[in-house]
Amino acid sequence: MSKKILIIGSGPILIGQAAEFDYSGTQGCLALKEEGFNVVLVNNNPATIMTDTTMADTVYCEPLTVNSIEAIIKKEQPDALLAGLGGQTALNLAVELDKQGILSKYNIELLGTSVTSIQKGEDRELFRELMSELSQPVPESEVIETVQGAKDFARKVGYPVISRPAYTLGGRGGGIVDYESELEELIHNGLKASPIGQVILEKSIAGFKEVEYEVMRDHNGTCISVCNMENFDPVGVHTGDSIVVAPSQTLTDQEYQMLRTAAFTIISELEVVGGCNVQFALDPNSNQYYVIEVNPRVSRSSALASKATGYPIAKMATKLALGFTLDELKNPLTGTTYASFEPALDYVVVKFPRWPFDKFSEADRKLGTKMKATGEVMAIDRTLEGAFQKALASLDQSIPELDPTQLKTHLTQPTDLRYFAILDLLRQGETIEQIHKETAIDLFFLSILQNLVKIENKLKACTTETLSEELLQLAKVYGFTDASIAKLVQTSESTITQKRLGYHLYPSYKMVDTCAAEFEAATNYVYATYSGVNEIDPLPSAKKALIVGAGPIRIGQGVEFDYSAVKAIETLKELGWSTIMINNNPETVSTDYETADRLYFEPITKEIIEAIVEHEQIDQVYTQFGGQTAINLAAQLEEAGIPLAGVSVDTIAQLEDREQFYSMLKSLDIPHIPGAVCHTFDEAMFAASSYTYPLLCRPSYVIGGQGMVKVNNEHELKGALAGTDARHYPIVLDEFITGQEAEVDLVADGEHIFIPEIMEHVEPAGIHSGDSMAIFPSTLDEDVKATIKEYASKIVQHTDYKGIMNIQFLLTEDAVYVLEVNPRASRTVPIVSKVSNRSLIDLATRVLAGDVSSHLNQVQPPEFEHVAVKYPLFSAHALPELDHKLNANMKSTGEGMCLGGTVQEALAKVFEHLPHFYEEHVSFVEEGYSHMESPSQLPFSEWIQTDQASIYVNDQQTTEAMERRIQALKYGVTVFSQKETFEAYLASLHVSPYLPAPLPGSLNEGVKLG
Amino acid sequence: MQQGYLTLQDGQQFQGEASEDWADPIEGEIVFFTGMTGYQEVLTDPSYQGQIVVFTYPLIGNYGINEDDFESEHPQVKGVVMLHCAETASHYKATTSLKDYLHDKGVPFLTNVDTREVTKAIRTGGTRQAALASTPKKPTSTQMTNQIYQVKGTKLTTHGDGADHIVLIDFGSKHSILHHLLEKGVRVTVVPFTELHAIDELKPDGVVLSNGPGDPKDVAPYLSKIKHVLKSFPSLGICLGHQVIALAFGGETKKLSFGHRGANHPVKDLETGSVFLTSQNHNYVVDEESLADTGLHPYLIHVNDQSLEGLKHDKLPVLSAQFHPEANPGPEDAYWLFEDFFKQITATKGEKAYV
Repeated sequence: MSKKILIIGSGPILIGQAAEFDYSGTQGCLALKEEGFNVVLVNNNPATIMTDTTMADTVYCEPLTVNSIEAIIKKEQPDALLAGLGGQTALNLAVELDKQGILSKYNIELLGTSVTSIQKGEDRELFRELMSELSQPVPESEVIETVQGAKDFARKVGYPVISRPAYTLGGRGGGIVDYESELEELIHNGLKASPIGQVILEKSIAGFKEVEYEVMRDHNGTCISVCNMENFDPVGVHTGDSIVVAPSQTLTDQEYQMLRTAAFTIISELEVVGGCNVQFALDPNSNQYYVIEVNPRVSRSSALASKATGYPIAKMATKLALGFTLDELKNPLTGTTYASFEPALDYVVVKFPRWPFDKFSEADRKLGTKMKATGEVMAIDRTLEGAFQKALASLDQSIPELDPTQLKTHLTQPTDLRYFAILDLLRQGETIEQIHKETAIDLFFLSILQNLVKIENKLKACTTETLSEELLQLAKVYGFTDASIAKLVQTSESTITQKRLGYHLYPSYKMVDTCAAEFEAATNYVYATYSGVNEIDPLPSAKKALIVGAGPIRIGQGVEFDYSAVKAIETLKELGWSTIMINNNPETVSTDYETADRLYFEPITKEIIEAIVEHEQIDQVYTQFGGQTAINLAAQLEEAGIPLAGVSVDTIAQLEDREQFYSMLKSLDIPHIPGAVCHTFDEAMFAASSYTYPLLCRPSYVIGGQGMVKVNNEHELKGALAGTDARHYPIVLDEFITGQEAEVDLVADGEHIFIPEIMEHVEPAGIHSGDSMAIFPSTLDEDVKATIKEYASKIVQHTDYKGIMNIQFLLTEDAVYVLEVNPRASRTVPIVSKVSNRSLIDLATRVLAGDVSSHLNQVQPPEFEHVAVKYPLFSAHALPELDHKLNANMKSTGEGMCLGGTVQEALAKVFEHLPHFYEEHVSFVEEGYSHMESPSQLPFSEWIQTDQASIYVNDQQTTEAMERRIQALKYGVTVFSQKETFEAYLASLHVSPYLPAPLPGSLNEGVKLG
Repeated sequence: MQQGYLTLQDGQQFQGEASEDWADPIEGEIVFFTGMTGYQEVLTDPSYQGQIVVFTYPLIGNYGINEDDFESEHPQVKGVVMLHCAETASHYKATTSLKDYLHDKGVPFLTNVDTREVTKAIRTGGTRQAALASTPKKPTSTQMTNQIYQVKGTKLTTHGDGADHIVLIDFGSKHSILHHLLEKGVRVTVVPFTELHAIDELKPDGVVLSNGPGDPKDVAPYLSKIKHVLKSFPSLGICLGHQVIALAFGGETKKLSFGHRGANHPVKDLETGSVFLTSQNHNYVVDEESLADTGLHPYLIHVNDQSLEGLKHDKLPVLSAQFHPEANPGPEDAYWLFEDFFKQITATKGEKAYV
């Protein structure tokens, strides 16, 4: 029997721990299977590819707690544990399992880097000791366990000082302060955030260059550096919030090698087996450097480095953990060279963070040592200017206009808008020297931005007629899109496109090959550039499909869309199609060059897709599997004559455009919420007068409820509309009807539909579906289910809909209302698919690809052994200044799922990490919350200071309630802001210990996997 | 902006922008370097004497030129081909920009070239002559020979004042070999390879055979003297010095199709099994088959193409490496080779003491 290996994932997506671990985990699973191991996976993130039952022999969506893992270990009896691919979460669990003697009790070998080494990297004190042994410089610092200790240290070394809590992710609870007055709160929160009650307080070296190395080591001691990266933002901004360039640009070879050697010294001493990230600060004016951090595991940076170089770090790290050495593993990109080789790049790479501030206008936009970005994009080009601009185009976000008089405020106190403020300042004529003085950003990077502004100015001086081939060529080399050129030349995008084609300016495609063309490589990893000639021939295939990805992870558009894209690719491959992926998110499985037959790592825009379709002669473009990003492009693509798979843009409009949608529902005799589409402020005020408040006010074509708000009276409506501008119209005003919410994900072939079951929300309508807990399969009455299915069927048949669709319903005592239809794969598709053991994406892709052998009406309805509860996760640690009260605006960054024999059993798993409600001082329930008395009798202000404070219940709307919720979050307390969620938690307390439940379709369920 | 052309022997042409003031045309052997840093070291490394270097990394010159990273007094290359050459320098050590440096030193360069395509052409067709000119123009010259005679020093020079004394035989040595030896606290006498007779008198504790440009067989007239030196003193050969050691003991060298030039070459130590990354710059390799009766045996090999990377003598304290343990540019992973060399010296001394 083959050896059984337990692999721990990173859990739900949080700021600081996102889709990069789906990528690394998936690679890990594949590598283990490649070597013939029996893989048991535990990860409670249902949205991932990793938790697809094809990825492991047995998949558990169970809590990532010691108890839960022990139960799985007991049941599965694995031989070994692989924890290095599941981020900080998995690593902490491995340390805990070791500490509690569970690994030795069950005789489990920990693969890869040892627990001792992990602790040396993670425990600040041990880390400093190690650095001192190795004569590796670290900034003056001290391990702090009390506020007073912090004050003493800061007085000694001088402000500013940086606080970094031990064993936390994404710099949780950390920060940088200039004054003693700010220090107290920072340290208090930091000590609380750290599971071992330690922070390291460090003299600030803000302004140094920040440089990272992704290094690997095998058990033989061979070390390689896969990639180094240099932050555009000097030390002071968390690397996850920094713009990052690979490879380093401003380091001499001496400096490059000095830091590389230091990294090797460290990982050799730590005896790392696998991947490791080492972060350095380098003085821009001497060769003094400091080691900032060592992460002895794969990370966000290693995902980026893998995509930046083509070197699959996680896969290789897994094999190293299994005992292979680097010189016996082949480099899969070249197929001829070995893994003991350092990639040479002949292009430059830019990573740009994607922040959630477009969703949270009230959030603090200041950047510091605590990460705030939810995701990131990466761009590749032969010029740095081009790579910067392609990264921006990939963000899929409009950049707010900055107040021209306030630009400098972004410089000294960095915000997410600093890059744009610098560009604006350069446009105003500010010098790069002055900007360098205020930001410490290297003049080299600033000169790149200045080059962009110079081209902008040249373009502004042109008309369509005078725009020369030379200038247009240069603008394209520098990454200007046809649309951005059009704006500068003051003409239409199509005019510029025509002009460009007239000059015979087309993108060339080049290969990412890890070796700068030194060896012949047969890779399918491609980027576009206007610099140089094309070297990529179209794939030699009769049937080619392009799958449009979802871009960066953001609130409302998470890893679930990557799941959809990857599953669609699998099916298309099975059906004999050549698959081509376009996406720009370096964290994902879809941008693993081994996923599709060819990967275009590019911004997702009409211009770029059109060029790829033309170059490859694509037969079908799939826009249903890339979230709102992909579907939003459908109209433009169709207009450009590009063959879309599935429904027409007219159908999409019929479902997404409120006016058309309501009239369709009316014609089908399906109830909808009374509402109107208003094109101006006045129209909205007029329409509102005919409805009953409260009203729900939202823009069309939404992503995750962006800008959606509930208003209780005319005054509030005026307030909400005051903040809108022309871009926000038309606005939809719906009456806010209270009731229960439910949704379905279905596959249709125009005639038949397949609905595995219905998902029932725990919280009432009005709470964004992404932020609701939900039960699947539902506990609804049969007649309600029948009505839901009937309405779904009517909509499908009326629109002749083909593919995948999500419909949201509102259920009241006497009616079933249709709230909205999303003509694409939704957030819940992976959950529905995994729990019902019916891959909706597979079925939908078969319909869209015209696979005549499969018929929807022949799909067996699923039988459910378990019920699943899906729950949202909020990254309050990263955005503690926000009130996370549930409402129509989505705030969660990820989701988790647990299975149980009953709803209560599943809930018990969901809430397993919480202490028991009635333990002393654990919980605080606000007065006015009628259900119960607060177990804690202390006043709030005292209670929150207690170490046991863990659960705070307050569902009120007052300012005080808001402030208290925020305060509670800052102290790391779990907040229940909605009655139903709280009740679900209480209900879960009555359930006794449970057995781990694998996902259906897992091997031990008796189903043979392909 | 003046157009310029790179033309390879087989007629393949690449267009770019020419730097000012060319003595038209320039001809030389074309090679590519894949390191992402270290252009200053490459340009001034005597091993690149007379060659036209293509940098595969697209942005060259970002950190300018500084006073510390020269590998010789002058640029050694005949011409440079880049995608982009920085106009200004951004580094605290920089004294000038790469562009100004090349201008001042009269090194012609071509920018805005699709260097990836050039690299592929070299990869497929091998290293060969190429011409840089303002019009497409095939190279007419044949391959340069005897470059070592141009780059070696002319007289003996002494450096440092340690107790141990090392002779560095100069075939066009990189500065950093000397620097690296001096860092070990030894006295170094640099002896041009044409002045080998001086060595016996110097009675050094050890001898290092330096790198150098071109065909190692250019050293032919001196091989017997070199063999005498190798038999007399603990020796370390680097790059060309390594090839010369093989030739001196009766081995053979052969030419690779396009050589190894970069900072990412994995080498395996057959004795320990460990693998490390090295800096390389060579067209010729020692032919492993030819070593049968030389007393030399391979102990280091290239992981990618299994080519010979290091030799040891069965009886004599002689070792050699095809790569550059002194780095600059490139990884510092093989510094230990110098340690091994010094250990040999100590061991040899010990033997002598007890004779």
